[in-house]
Amino acid sequence: MEYFVIIIGSIFVSNIVLTQFLGICPFLGVSGKLSTSIGMGGAVLFVITIATMFTWLMQHYVLNPLGLEFMQTIVFILVIAALVQMVEIILKKISPSLFQALGVFLPLITTNCAVLGVAILTVQKDFNLLEGVVFAMSNAIGFTLAIVLFAGIREHLDIMDIPKQMKGMPIALLTAGILALAFMGFTGLV
Amino acid sequence: MNQLQNFTKGFIKENPVFILLLGMCPTLGVTTSAVNGLGMGLATTFVLVMSNLAVSLIKDFIPDKVRIPAFIVIIATFVTIVELSMQAYTPALFESLGLFIPLIVVNCIVLGRAEAFASKNNVLSSIIDGLGMGLGFAFALTLLGSVREFLGGGAIFGLKVIPGDLMLVFVLAPGAFIVLGYLIAIINRLRKA
Repeated sequence: MEYFVIIIGSIFVSNIVLTQFLGICPFLGVSGKLSTSIGMGGAVLFVITIATMFTWLMQHYVLNPLGLEFMQTIVFILVIAALVQMVEIILKKISPSLFQALGVFLPLITTNCAVLGVAILTVQKDFNLLEGVVFAMSNAIGFTLAIVLFAGIREHLDIMDIPKQMKGMPIALLTAGILALAFMGFTGLV
Repeated sequence: MNQLQNFTKGFIKENPVFILLLGMCPTLGVTTSAVNGLGMGLATTFVLVMSNLAVSLIKDFIPDKVRIPAFIVIIATFVTIVELSMQAYTPALFESLGLFIPLIVVNCIVLGRAEAFASKNNVLSSIIDGLGMGLGFAFALTLLGSVREFLGGGAIFGLKVIPGDLMLVFVLAPGAFIVLGYLIAIINRLRKA
């Protein structure tokens, strides 16, 4: 039951992009086409889950016992940066096809605030390791859901007649606003 | 380019939010009121100036291959300083900005200026560039925060102008996207004219 609340809560009620404003850069930047947005979603799912696992272990077995909690930001960003590099190298070696699909998105993910944000949130919410991993995965699914929905709408916007000044980013932001309004309907679900 | 141009470019011509579209997460996330926007902007300005200063000082000693991780460590150090100082001296602001303070470290503007400007220029220009860009960011956030606060609660900087609640949705998540969308559209219009 507890896990069910975490999953529904992070995918719909407090969607990471549309209500928490994490990961806006890839959300606006890589949502031009449906196929690339699915690739980005997959890469984020992969990295967020592994990163949250490692940062949780760092927090509970290195930082807390040594009393170095104030080093959290520095340690977490280094762990994530190193992890992304490692994932890139390992994927290239063992699964070239997956690397082809996710490769271009991986370097972008280091500066994706969703990864660091979820890692810090997991520690703040006092989750245990399994809860943390479930929380991270459902947030990543929420991210994928939002970016795929958004890309679908943007593909249609391309063929619409839009006022000149509204073309590009302004209309994309308005669309995101309306999408966020729709997600507000989930408030109070859990 | 003289130093004055270097300083003022961040406000309009290369404004990080309205023109370069960088640092969108804090821009949308914390601007529920003008004060929050200003606080976030000034915190980012401090990190930008200090990291630009540090990067331009040590740019000749860092091997090219490890420069990005080195920059990230420098930035994360200053972010931690900001985080601890804000927790000590402005606890209310620290509470309302919350998660977005540690997230300054992944703000593309900071790493972007370190890589694109400070690693190629001398110390003085780097500090001025950081200050200009940071204040431009603070200006954009304060503007966005003021508009949202006014439309949502009829107040500016916490000062009640119109009694009662107006359109509450502008203080909530959708309002952030909608107000920023229209602000960018207006600025596009003004730039073309």
